[in-house]
Amino acid sequence: MADVGILATTKAAEQIAPRTLDGPSGPRPKRRFSRANIIVYGTLFIVAVYYALPLYVMIVTSLKGMPEIQMGNIFAPPIEVTFEPWVKAWSEACTGINCDGLSRGFWNSVNILIPSLIVSIAVASINGYALSMWKFKGSEVFFSILMIGAFIPYQVMLYPIVIMLREAGLYGSLSGLVLVHVAFGMPINTLLFRNYFAAIPEELFKAARVDGAGFWAIFFRIIMPMSLPIFVVALIIQVTGIWNDFLFGVTYISSPDRYPMTVQLNNIVNSVQGVKEYNVNMAATLLTGLVPLTIYFISGKLFVRGIAAGAVKG
Amino acid sequence: MNHSVEIKNLDLSFGAVTVLENLNLDIHKGEFLVLLGSSGCGKSTLLNCIAGLLEVSDGQIWIEGKNVTWEAPSDRGIGMVFQSYALYPQMTVKGNLSFGLKNAKVPKAEIEKRVQRAADVLQIQPLLDRKPGALSGGQRQRVAIGRALVRDVDVFLFDEPLSNLDAKLRADLRVELKRLHQQLENTMIYVTHDQIEAMTLADRIAIMKGGSIMQLGSPDEIYNRPQNLYVADFIGSPSMNFIEGEFDGTHFKAGDMNMEMIGYAYVGSLTPSARRATIGIRPEHVITGELAATAPQRFTATVDLVEPMGSDTLVYATLDGKMFRIRMDGQAKVKPGESLPIGIDPARASLFDTKTEQRL
Ligand SMILES: Nc1ncnc2c1ncn2[C@@H]1O[C@H](COP(=O)(O)OP(=O)(O)OP(=O)(O)O)[C@@H](O)[C@H]1O
Ligand SMILES: [Mg+2]
Repeated sequence: MADVGILATTKAAEQIAPRTLDGPSGPRPKRRFSRANIIVYGTLFIVAVYYALPLYVMIVTSLKGMPEIQMGNIFAPPIEVTFEPWVKAWSEACTGINCDGLSRGFWNSVNILIPSLIVSIAVASINGYALSMWKFKGSEVFFSILMIGAFIPYQVMLYPIVIMLREAGLYGSLSGLVLVHVAFGMPINTLLFRNYFAAIPEELFKAARVDGAGFWAIFFRIIMPMSLPIFVVALIIQVTGIWNDFLFGVTYISSPDRYPMTVQLNNIVNSVQGVKEYNVNMAATLLTGLVPLTIYFISGKLFVRGIAAGAVKG
Repeated sequence: MNHSVEIKNLDLSFGAVTVLENLNLDIHKGEFLVLLGSSGCGKSTLLNCIAGLLEVSDGQIWIEGKNVTWEAPSDRGIGMVFQSYALYPQMTVKGNLSFGLKNAKVPKAEIEKRVQRAADVLQIQPLLDRKPGALSGGQRQRVAIGRALVRDVDVFLFDEPLSNLDAKLRADLRVELKRLHQQLENTMIYVTHDQIEAMTLADRIAIMKGGSIMQLGSPDEIYNRPQNLYVADFIGSPSMNFIEGEFDGTHFKAGDMNMEMIGYAYVGSLTPSARRATIGIRPEHVITGELAATAPQRFTATVDLVEPMGSDTLVYATLDGKMFRIRMDGQAKVKPGESLPIGIDPARASLFDTKTEQRL
């Protein structure tokens, strides 16, 4: 077999060699500054600035002291850079009776996020796997019901869930909220995994069965290693969704001690006592947004690498 | 003769669609059986039933004297090779080969030994540490065969293993498969819709149509004595010439043709009675050139179209007002419009009852 390979490469080399002697070929390169290009890049630039500007304002404001902010020019860079507002937002800002800043909310959110993430992705991926590869009688009906769940507006279910959690003794606790996040994330993530797994060739699955692999062995040894990209996608969706959640946080958490970061941010920003500390508010907002942002950066890279490594190629 | 795979009254349906109906098949130990048929006739379905990848609706499957109808695929003593190779993309070749053995909890040393042996047989020794993505199609298919080989199975199942390969490689691998079979002496069941593969590899061929077996026999029987019109038409390329007419017990008559069936071996011991009949003549069995004059039955056809194909020449002619295909030598010089003397040997023809479509 090896000699065939060598033959093929030498042949390919022969084909390339004479072509370089002929000089450049193919269509003539277009001029870089054509009118169309200027319009396209100009538009893109304006849109980019439009989106980046608020972020810029937030960053510069969060680095200014209050006197400087009161001068009024929100676009001006800070004359004197101070990290005071960040420190205050993190550990001193007051919401109601607690004056320990966002840190409490951050840890609450982490405590909500981690279990929600693990449970929801585990459940959804196994659901998707079972629904695409181990079709059973009624699996299509089951899937349809799950999908209907994805389209019922949250607001309809808000109060019934309060009652259900209360009956289960979970109302107001973090585990109750975790349960809610898992339930609400399940339909869309199941769909995501099911569709991805459905594209895996059936023969691969059959081969694994002939090789004596069962339900779990096929999932962990065959399916999961070739599905990294979809796990990353689900991770991004879930982290952003759960971290940014506000509605469920206010509804199902009864005590300010256990509020997630977003709810606490709202309470800090909307606190009516005293002067509005814009710099602290901006810093608090940036701090809250940091987690999804980090996830994007890290997993974005992973995502690309997952594809590049040929994990999806059959 | 020992039984290897026995299929008894097998039924399989997907919901309301019946794919296999009351199918019986008895495959001998060490036999190379080819399932041949047009697309959608249920070949893969039958193979999947044998492998245990589909639940049968009714009937039984026995392998090596054991009723395995409800056994898991891995407990049936079968190995399967797929059209798309179905190698695990994230594992190396070695990983692919040893996956089944690890699942069966075979000791490490034994796994190593078997992988090495399979790699030797299939000449994939240098590829063991590569991933499937870095292999050519032919190499991938060898690894796929190796995966069945390491498991020391009684029965190999192949589902169109060569159809994704180019013609040259397909021919090479076909020969290798045949050699492998001679060497291993396992039972092999091989699905294809390539007639050449079927004829060259098979000990016996089962021709399938619409979920049932139309004929089961050696390649020679299938080719020379097709049991019915479907098999006669399906096997051979270009396909058989058919002429409809009357059979009176000794002669076949159609238009100007009146052919005495000298030397024809009838199916039963008695000569069949008179009835409407169809005679089938293979293009390559038409006698041309000087020999035509001495043939048992002589006719004159008019040449319409000539297709030179190198090794032989295909002639489309008109005989008795109907199209008639003739395969001639590659050197034959014929031109459209010419009249061509041809001869037919009734002993090599096939005679069918027009109504029942069965061989007479
Ligand atoms: N899951 C399924 N549900 C319903 N019908 C099916 C299913 N799988 C196969 N069939 C039908 O069963 C019949 C036989 O299919 P099968 O795959 O066995 O054909 P085949 O002989 O292998 O064809 P090919 O040569 O194209 O591979 C086809 O008509 C097909 O449409
Ligand atoms: Mg098939």
